[in-house]
Amino acid sequence: MWKCLHPYAKPEKSYQLAGKLLPWFIIFSAITFIVGTVWGLLFAPADYQQGDSFRIIYIHVPAAMMAMAAYSSMAMAAFVALVWQIRLAEITVIATAPVGAVFTFIALFTGAAWGKPMWGAWWVWDARLTSELILLFIYLGIIALYNAFSDKVLAGRAASILTLVGVINLPIIHYSVVWWNTLHQGATISKFEKPSMAIEMLWPLIIMIIAFAAFLGTLMLMRFRNEILARESHRPWVLRLIETDDAQRLQKDK
Amino acid sequence: MLHCKKLTCVREGRILFKDLSFTVNSGEIVHFEGANGVGKTSLLRLLTGLSTAYAGNVFWQGKDISIDRESFYQQLLYLGHKTGIKAELTALENLQFFQAMQSSRLDLNLWDILAKVGLAGYEDILTSQLSAGQQRRVALARLWLNDSSLWVLDEPFAALDKLGITVLEALFIEHVKNGGIVLLTTHQDLSIDASLLSKIRLIAAVDDLYV
Amino acid sequence: MFNAFLQVVSKELKGAFRRRSDILNPIWFFVIVVMLFPLAIGTEPALLKRIAPGIIWVAALLAALLSFERLFKDDFIDGSLEQLMISPYPLAWIVSAKVFAHWLLTGLPILLVSPLLGIFLSLNMDTYYALLLTLLIGTPILSLLGAIGVALTVGLRKGGILLSLIMLPLSIPILIFSTMAIEAAAYGQSYLGLLALLGAMLVASVTFAPFAIAASLRVSVS
Repeated sequence: MWKCLHPYAKPEKSYQLAGKLLPWFIIFSAITFIVGTVWGLLFAPADYQQGDSFRIIYIHVPAAMMAMAAYSSMAMAAFVALVWQIRLAEITVIATAPVGAVFTFIALFTGAAWGKPMWGAWWVWDARLTSELILLFIYLGIIALYNAFSDKVLAGRAASILTLVGVINLPIIHYSVVWWNTLHQGATISKFEKPSMAIEMLWPLIIMIIAFAAFLGTLMLMRFRNEILARESHRPWVLRLIETDDAQRLQKDK
Repeated sequence: MLHCKKLTCVREGRILFKDLSFTVNSGEIVHFEGANGVGKTSLLRLLTGLSTAYAGNVFWQGKDISIDRESFYQQLLYLGHKTGIKAELTALENLQFFQAMQSSRLDLNLWDILAKVGLAGYEDILTSQLSAGQQRRVALARLWLNDSSLWVLDEPFAALDKLGITVLEALFIEHVKNGGIVLLTTHQDLSIDASLLSKIRLIAAVDDLYV
Repeated sequence: MFNAFLQVVSKELKGAFRRRSDILNPIWFFVIVVMLFPLAIGTEPALLKRIAPGIIWVAALLAALLSFERLFKDDFIDGSLEQLMISPYPLAWIVSAKVFAHWLLTGLPILLVSPLLGIFLSLNMDTYYALLLTLLIGTPILSLLGAIGVALTVGLRKGGILLSLIMLPLSIPILIFSTMAIEAAAYGQSYLGLLALLGAMLVASVTFAPFAIAASLRVSVS
């Protein structure tokens, strides 16, 4: 049923659809970001043990969650790409990968920055941080593989296969790291467990998670549009798009 | 018979050919012509299913080749620029492997076939020590021990001497007279009767060159 | 169909025995890397006993990486890979044969030289058995995982380093479970559970990896 859709018509439609959705995502993520940040940093009470340094949770936890969410959406897109051979799904995979990698990096960086006051060291081989580091390497591997191919159609397919291989491996990696961690440093208390977070602290966190999700969506849409334009850069509809864009700009200048 | 429907081939963002459709019936030799880089090899690789078309399908006896690969490959013999001959093995061992994998014509004597392609006396020499033309002959020897009906040959005459070319042309004619199909590219002029031979000329696309 | 499997394996073995350095060099490398550690950190038996599992498995991983290139690269260059891809047998089956042959040529020799390492690193008998078992189960998984990476990168001009970047993060669980098992054995604990986990991973990769390898080859060789 999918194959009957004309292969040339679809990118244009998806490009326009993404363009219509984009402003809503931008507005929504901007509002939730402002509300969440102000609430979390100014109004939420300080932790009685960690003081104000706990507030990094409002970036660390959402970033870590979105790093995983980005990978899950990549895996779903990769599955669709390989089973139904839809090229736009490949584009989704490769549009998401760098965004996910950056979120993973933010989670790692904030985790390390948080670890300094908590553990007195920038890096502790905590199970979650370690699996996030491995996740970052997998992201980088997918991006590097995509860039190594000069034919971008093949590159998208190769990246999709690697994404799927990675998604089968990720749970195994995660649990192996957790077990390894309990064996080697059972004494470390995981600060990431939030047994009973006060409700005034929890609300801003939830809002920040929503904000990060909307931001992830925004970035994915933007990269998706760019990737379509780059792939189709010499096709007539893109050329027309550029012409009308130029014409509008000229009129504005006048 | 082989049928292509609206094949579009894109390499590195550039369209090599677009909406190419044709049908080849049994008993035909098809000569693909065109300048370098116009996509002859890419087309042959699409027809073998080694690469996937950007759009369009290839049908063998009415069935899409990407759906039932195994039964299509029983009928296919493809020789590309790379011969597929292992340098660490002797000519005889190479042929033995192909004979066993194709599981056809197990009765044929490989020594006779090697003699036919002019390699008598070279059977037990590692192919790495043979000349380019001789290595090519080892690969071409597969044409004799094979009962596939579809032959797809990319530059089969490369590195062959005049005698070799004549022998090969005679073999092609015999093959199509038995109901086979030969698809080939070459820059040589073929001395094959025009009733058997058809030509497809690929021309570089001018407009809409990019995807 | 089984005949085709045997044909591919015997062709691989025949070719490899005519170029023995391809088999011997990774093993040699493996032994040298293991030997470097006592020289670098000291030869105190208690210390060696603690780090031995890690050393051996990291060295095995690196040696496996060295040997992966030849799994498909030569065949890609001389065109026999594309001939295998258009043979009338399922590609996943054919690549299983190739990976099996590769394991015979690289994984098995590592098992064979492992007694030597047991002596180098003063392992006791129980620990050595654990090492042998983890190598026996773990190296085939490495071969299968590595084959996916090779299949993805074989068409690239500089695929070697990329292969390790892709492959190494994915092989972390094998490293962790194997070293944990050997460590458990060294302290006289039961390690059957960890071996069972490794076994489950082996079964899963034998089932799924050939299809991933076949799909990757269809991308790389086109």
